[in-house]
This record gives sequence, structure tokens and C-alpha cells, in this order.
Amino acid sequence: MRGWFGASLRLLFVVGVAYPVVLLWLGIHVRHRERLPSKGPAIIAANHNSHLDILTLLSLFPLLSIPNIQPAAAADYFHKSWWLRWFSRHVIGIIPVVRGAVQLGEEDPLTECYRALEAGKVLVIFPEGTRGQPEQMAELKAGIWYLAKRFPHAPVVPVYMHGLGKSMPKGTLIPVPFYVKVAVGNALRWVDDKAGFMHALREQFHKLRHKVYIPVEDD
Amino acid sequence: MYGILPYAFGAILALLVTASGITATLIRLHPTRNYTSVKLRIQTWWWLASLLFFSLGFHRTVAVVVLAVLSFMAFKEFISLIPTRPIDNSVLLLAYLAIPVQYLWVSMAWYGMFIIFIPVYVFLLLPLRMVINGETKGFVRAVGTIHWGLMTTVFSISHVAYLLALPAHAGAHGEVRGEMLVFYLLVLTQLNDVAQFLWGKLLGRHQVAPKVSPNKTVEGLVGGIITTTLLAWLMGPWFTPLSPLYSLLAGVLISLFGFTGDVVISAVKRDIGVKDAGRLLPGHGGILDRLDSLTYTAPLFFHFVYYFYY
Repeated sequence: MRGWFGASLRLLFVVGVAYPVVLLWLGIHVRHRERLPSKGPAIIAANHNSHLDILTLLSLFPLLSIPNIQPAAAADYFHKSWWLRWFSRHVIGIIPVVRGAVQLGEEDPLTECYRALEAGKVLVIFPEGTRGQPEQMAELKAGIWYLAKRFPHAPVVPVYMHGLGKSMPKGTLIPVPFYVKVAVGNALRWVDDKAGFMHALREQFHKLRHKVYIPVEDD
Repeated sequence: MYGILPYAFGAILALLVTASGITATLIRLHPTRNYTSVKLRIQTWWWLASLLFFSLGFHRTVAVVVLAVLSFMAFKEFISLIPTRPIDNSVLLLAYLAIPVQYLWVSMAWYGMFIIFIPVYVFLLLPLRMVINGETKGFVRAVGTIHWGLMTTVFSISHVAYLLALPAHAGAHGEVRGEMLVFYLLVLTQLNDVAQFLWGKLLGRHQVAPKVSPNKTVEGLVGGIITTTLLAWLMGPWFTPLSPLYSLLAGVLISLFGFTGDVVISAVKRDIGVKDAGRLLPGHGGILDRLDSLTYTAPLFFHFVYYFYY
């Protein structure tokens, strides 16, 4: 499903679902929106707490650039049924990634992501790999480093979102209205030192989290 | 638009043009000083005045829907600020559902239901829903904060809307309609905020609530009370069925309790550790930062008028 039909399906999804849910039902405040890349190839690395994350990220970009934005998401989740597979791929624009260890002789799970970046797309990935506990960051997976290695000139832009895991945590279906805060960080570039790159990314997330998060004393 | 209202909006327009003019002149006279905050604030006032004009200029339903949306946004701001337990999401959805229902009673002009729905039925329903979820840790705090939020942002604010459901009443200068009461309440509440701020800037020496709101002064409060009461007395015969004496009392009520609402919401924000409740209104903060005084003045003014005249 290429060309204008696929593109209009995606625009329709953003205007009819993402905008009403994210902008009206939830409400969003974005810090440093200007740091988002306007064209690809570029990689957006976001924290992952909720299905609403993809809707929120899509709503951050100008409407007409939507066909150029492609979120990568777990194949096992979105391939549960044929209609979910069709919907996620053509309406949301998801690139399925197979989770888990790669067996010898199998295709690299990131192949489709490489192809998207080659085509000049903006790839959205969740380096935690899973939605995890609400409002807590899990360990970052190194896949993003391998991805950036192939495209060393593509900027890696970290985005931290707060409030979505509260609104619709894993296992729930109706989003509860909470204001959402989003902070966009400075772009990172790929470096040969894998541990150093992952550390820099983690630091960025840590800094962004402090910008949007109101610490609450637990008693 | 009925009666005096077109002239009243003309006066607001003149006031805003003057305020914008003064700011522009100040910026030109002192190019080195920073007037961004004042400029933003006045810009937002333009938007809010347009919203009021839009709400009162058409059918009553428009105003009721606008107020319901404001309640929704204010409640959302409150719920996003306070700590909530993940298990209470189902309770929160019920609390949100109370918003359209409360405004439905308003549009039906069903006074009996309007006045007990949130204080009685929702009050009893929320803990029941929580018990079904079964988490007891943090129970009292959760049920207390959620219901308090509904009372301030929904129950209180919906009194503004119920003014529209009141029947027409004879006044000193012709028939008084709900729209005029709404205008009277909103304009006096907001001007009182501005007057207290300006008098405080001009003469403020002695803090009135140093622990809660260090910028509020006795001089600002007294100046605000005098200004608002005078204005309430002047506007009373044109916008309300109130006698001159009762107009004066309404002015004291609105200015004194506008201040109270302001410091109560300040106390909430201070408890949580934020300066503003949100960022929706540039220069002001969030919806809750603008509606704070109204959470007190709306129900108090409504029942004052309702008890003596309806």
C-alpha cells in the first residue's frame, strides 16, 4: 500500500485518532520542539510506557511530514492477528522488529529499519524494548547503537514523555486524562565506543526526565 | 446579546485597548526593561475576554459547554498535579464522567439534582468504586483528594453555569437575565484579582499570608476590596436584581472570597512544590491559576443571589 492511499490512511489516523486523544483528551506540553529533526534520515529514541507513546510522538510532527515518520515496534505484539498486523503497518506506519536473540542464518531483525533510514525516513524507536513499569525507565538495549552504526551521520534525538504511563499503563484500554509533558533533547551522533554512546543516551534521558517530572515524596 | 451586555463588552474592549496601549508605551519608553510577562498576561486577557464574548453572545448551551470544558481542563490539571495511585484510574474515569452529568443537570435546570449530585451521590460512589478495587494503602488520601478536586473544579465552577438557568428577574433598569449575572460575577472576580495585584505592587508593605503566598499584601487586599466593592455597587443595578446595599455586600463577598480562593489554590501548589498549575495560559500559568478565585466566588455569589432573590 504505497503512494497517496497509504499516506492518506496515515494522515487520517493522526487527524482522527492521535490529535483528539493527545491534544484534546490528554493535553500536551512540549519543551524544545524545535530540536525534532525536520527530515530524515534521523532516529528518535523515546522512553516507552504506554500504547499512547506512538500517538503522542506522531502528534509532535507537522501533519504533512507524517508519512515520513516510522515507528519501530515489537513484531510479536503487533502480529497477533492479521487485522492488527495490517492496521499497525498501514495505518499507524509501524515497522515490525522481531525481539529476542538472533539465530544463526536468520535475517537481521533491523533490516526493515535500515531500509527506512536509507529511504530518508525518520525512524522512531523505543530503546527500552518494552513498556515496563509505569513511569519508570528500563535498561536501554544496545540495538540503537547497531542501528546508528550503519547511519553514522543520522542524528539520534532523545525524547522523554511523562504522564502517559499514568494515563494508560500496560493492560488497560481507556486512557485516563492526564496532562502530558514531553522534552526533546539534543541530538547525539554515533560513536565507535558502544558503552560511551549508551551512557550518553542514558544521561540525556536522565536530564530530560528532570525537566518534566515533579518529584513527589512518598510517605 | 441582551440589554446592557453589548455596552459592557464595549467597556471591556476599551479597557484592554488601554492596557495594551500602556504596555506598548512602557516598552517603547524603557526598551531595556523586561515587560514580557505583563505583555503575555494582557495578550491572554484578550483571548479570555473573547471566549467570554463568544460564550455569552450565542445560545446558553454554548456557555454551558464552554464551562463544562473549563471544568474538565481544571480537573485534569489538578489530577495531573497531585500524586495518584495507578489502581485509581477506574475511579478517576468515574470522576471525569461526573463532569458532563453535572452540566447536564444545569442545562436541564434541575436544581435539586445539581446541588446534591457531587456533594452526595459522587461523594458516596467514589469510595465504593475504590473498595471494589480493594487497595487500602493510601485510601483516605486518594478519596479525599479526588473528591476535593471535583468539588472545587466541577461543583463550584458549575454554579457559574447555573446562573444561566435562573429565570429572568426584574431589575432597576429592566429585566435581568442569567448572562448578566455571569458577566457581573466573572468580571468582578477577575478585576478583583487584577486590582489586588496592582494595589499590592503600588502600596504593598505587609504580607497577609507569608507562608502560603508571600506576594500577597494587606494593602493589596484592602485596595482590592475597596475597588471591587465600589465597582459592584456601580454595576449592581444594571446587571443584577440586587438593591444598592446588597450590591455592596456582593462586592465585599466577591473580593474577600476571591482572595481566599486564590490563596487556597496557592497552598495546594505550594504543598506539591510547583509555581503554576499548568502552562495553558501564557503569563498566567494554567487554567487552575486563573479559576482559583472563582472556585470560591461562584458558589458564594450564586447562593447569595439565590437566597435573597430567587
